[in-house]
Amino acid sequence: MNTVAVSTQSSVSERAKAVAAALVLGFVLIYTVGFAASASVHNAAHDTRHGLAFPCH
Amino acid sequence: MVNRVLAVSLLAGLLAGLLVAALQHVTTTPLILKAETYEAALRAAGPTHAAFTGEARVILAHGAAEAGHGEHAEWKPQDGIQRTLFTSAVTIATAIGFAALLLAGMIAANDVIDERRALIWAACGFVAFGLVPATGLAPELPGSASAELAQRQLWWIVTALVTAGGLFVFLRFDAPWLKALAVLAILAPHIVGAPHPAAPESKVPAEIAAHFAALSLAIQAALWLATGFAVGVIWPWLSRRAVAAQ
Repeated sequence: MNTVAVSTQSSVSERAKAVAAALVLGFVLIYTVGFAASASVHNAAHDTRHGLAFPCH
Repeated sequence: MVNRVLAVSLLAGLLAGLLVAALQHVTTTPLILKAETYEAALRAAGPTHAAFTGEARVILAHGAAEAGHGEHAEWKPQDGIQRTLFTSAVTIATAIGFAALLLAGMIAANDVIDERRALIWAACGFVAFGLVPATGLAPELPGSASAELAQRQLWWIVTALVTAGGLFVFLRFDAPWLKALAVLAILAPHIVGAPHPAAPESKVPAEIAAHFAALSLAIQAALWLATGFAVGVIWPWLSRRAVAAQ
């Protein structure tokens, strides 16, 4: 399987960079859509926050 | 690899987010709109509901902000197509975020990223970010009473992270004491307890609220699973292309 070869070829530092980038992207996005207190962001995200069971209001 | 992480997150999130945005449009959003009619009726009924009850403040969704700012009403999307577009865009952004977190976990664990494994990670993501926090803070419709928002958000975030970490340790480590520690960690936020209002105040009929709670959990499950499946398909595809290009 090609994916096995690819994942074992990747060096530890390359993986660390990829994990860091993914964590930053993930947490920034989830924080903004689900938790940011700004009224405009809240109003834009309102139905999704309720619809995905994030704490809202 | 960083580029591939970003590309797969964006693509998988876009596909899964679009699918789930369509689901939301016909499931949870109509119930939110219905609940807002009860909320509006409650606001019109008088100011007594905005009072403090016991220790927890009853926070009326929208009511406080609109009462506090008078004529300087905050921007919000207009009902109709604009509101639907914003909701869909935010759902897509959430899916991209979930895809990125999924990839972060799988790459950190040095897992092979394929459909089956990505789906298993996604199911665990739903348990940690959806199901378990919802046992303390049930999904709410506009108009329901709840404790201070910041406290609930803090409890939700801590519970989600502790549950995710606990699940990982339980599933990946063999030492019995580590497994026991993981179970204790998962239970800890529930022993502390989620912040709740002193008295329930919602005027939204219980049938609608119950239906909404079940639907919104199902929608989050669908979002996680669709995101996981898309990650599991797109990552190997882009990896094969990268190898072929070398």
